[in-house]
Amino acid sequence: MGRRVAVVGAGMTRFVRRSLETGKELAWEAARCALDAAELTVDDIDAVCIGTAPDAFDGVHMKGEYLADGAGGWNKPVIRSYVGGGTGVFCAVQGWYHVASGMFDRVLVVAEEKMSSTMPHPQGAFLTIFDHITERPLEPNLLWIFALEMNRYMTTYGIEKADIARVAVKNKRNAAGHPAAQLGQADITVEDVLASEVLAWPVQRLDVSPVSDGAVAVVMAAEDVANRTCDKPVWVEGVGWNLDTAYWTNRDLAYPAYVERAARMAYEMAGITEPRREIDIVEPYDPFDYKELHHLEGLQLFGKGKAPEAARDGVLDRDGDLPSCPSGGLLGVGNPIAAAGLMKVAELFWQLRGEAGARQVPGTPHRGLAQAWGDLMQVGTVIVLGR
Amino acid sequence: MARDPFPTRSLSDREFHEGVVTVSHSVRAEYRWDAGEAIGRYLDGLRAGRIMGRECRECGRVLVPPRMFCEQCFRPTDRWVEVPGTGTVNTYSVCYVTWDLRRLTVPELPAVIDLRSGGIMHKLGDVEPGDVHIGMSVEAVWKPAEDRQGSILDIAYWKPV
Repeated sequence: MGRRVAVVGAGMTRFVRRSLETGKELAWEAARCALDAAELTVDDIDAVCIGTAPDAFDGVHMKGEYLADGAGGWNKPVIRSYVGGGTGVFCAVQGWYHVASGMFDRVLVVAEEKMSSTMPHPQGAFLTIFDHITERPLEPNLLWIFALEMNRYMTTYGIEKADIARVAVKNKRNAAGHPAAQLGQADITVEDVLASEVLAWPVQRLDVSPVSDGAVAVVMAAEDVANRTCDKPVWVEGVGWNLDTAYWTNRDLAYPAYVERAARMAYEMAGITEPRREIDIVEPYDPFDYKELHHLEGLQLFGKGKAPEAARDGVLDRDGDLPSCPSGGLLGVGNPIAAAGLMKVAELFWQLRGEAGARQVPGTPHRGLAQAWGDLMQVGTVIVLGR
Repeated sequence: MARDPFPTRSLSDREFHEGVVTVSHSVRAEYRWDAGEAIGRYLDGLRAGRIMGRECRECGRVLVPPRMFCEQCFRPTDRWVEVPGTGTVNTYSVCYVTWDLRRLTVPELPAVIDLRSGGIMHKLGDVEPGDVHIGMSVEAVWKPAEDRQGSILDIAYWKPV
């Protein structure tokens, strides 16, 4: 399908609660790190793909254009994509089709989010996702939809809260090995999660990822360019994305069918018929701990309601049979929305090249999958990378 | 000097509130939304104490919230159907915080209510949080007719049958 495309460099800022840098400065720092890693300069870049969440976070309209100067976009073809929390993986998909199409040889993909500017809390900017006529008069809280979905998931399959809490523990422990992480914690326990403040039952404080500022960038290149200029290119083997209805109360909340459709699209392109056997590491989207499990099931890596068992048995640990969120994920590294998704793609790049340092999974992973999710619990975005 | 491999200057709370320059701004914008054809009629129904859905004969669904098109069959829906004001709890939460994370003294009980066909987000009432369960039968508690305004809030809440 089109030309083969590789990731040839990745870089990121630290994820922090509140950065001194503006969004544009964060984009610049991440872009420069990725270019350095690829041993390229901005003059080598043919086009720029920017991913960033709603303008309302920043109170800055035309956010893609605002970021473009810092993202290496001056005097180049630039596009900004946005599919809610799914943006960070989608902008890598967009980078892929820019190159695969034959239009561009080298593309810089930059994802940025600065959530700390919204006062008193960035949730205020999220509230407008609810239907403005039939839902917003109820004064919904963003936590509601997660709590509602989590309860439906737990009740449908008889899942224990402790098995879900294991995901938060695993990710925050994994993040302790990540030099850019906001919430790494090597000694956190399931008891800590279960004892944390109840926000919207069954959601407790430590089930939730933090508010963060940060940026991530990757460089993608066409096959001939990648082979000529990069020792260890990491190839894009499959991409997929899918959007379900915004009438979310008419959907099955126990199972993310849109993630399955996105995954099947990516698997078909990658020639994957048995994902559980053919994928070595996975970075599913984990803004809440139950979401990681929900998504692992949608990705066809575990049967419906079966992912919690895998968490309990250590299958998802860094040294388990299918390491999940070895980066530390959104729960541990942090959740600057679009940047968090692209961080997962960068993590696969480092893991598949054996460059993940303290986070490196044992053995030699050949193939990894990153997935993100968002909008009104309705979008799935997937990318499969291999070496 | 080697550059920081993961740049970013993190600000402490104190720096943010006292030590660095920030500029504040509020967006001033107000909106007046048309309810549209389908939801307009839905709100008229609520004012009259009735829940109205739209039937699609192709897939057999009665759509609540109603729409003039079926997004699955991608064709016009066919007729208005009244849906009973009873349903079951598809899922619920016991929410102890406001949107900006201030504690509530009385928790809220948001829920998705499955109707005979379709489903909506609303709140539960007249019930202790510990007594709610998924699958519980509930009925709409309407505001008095004179207080209804053609709004989803014309249903005050849903209570156990």
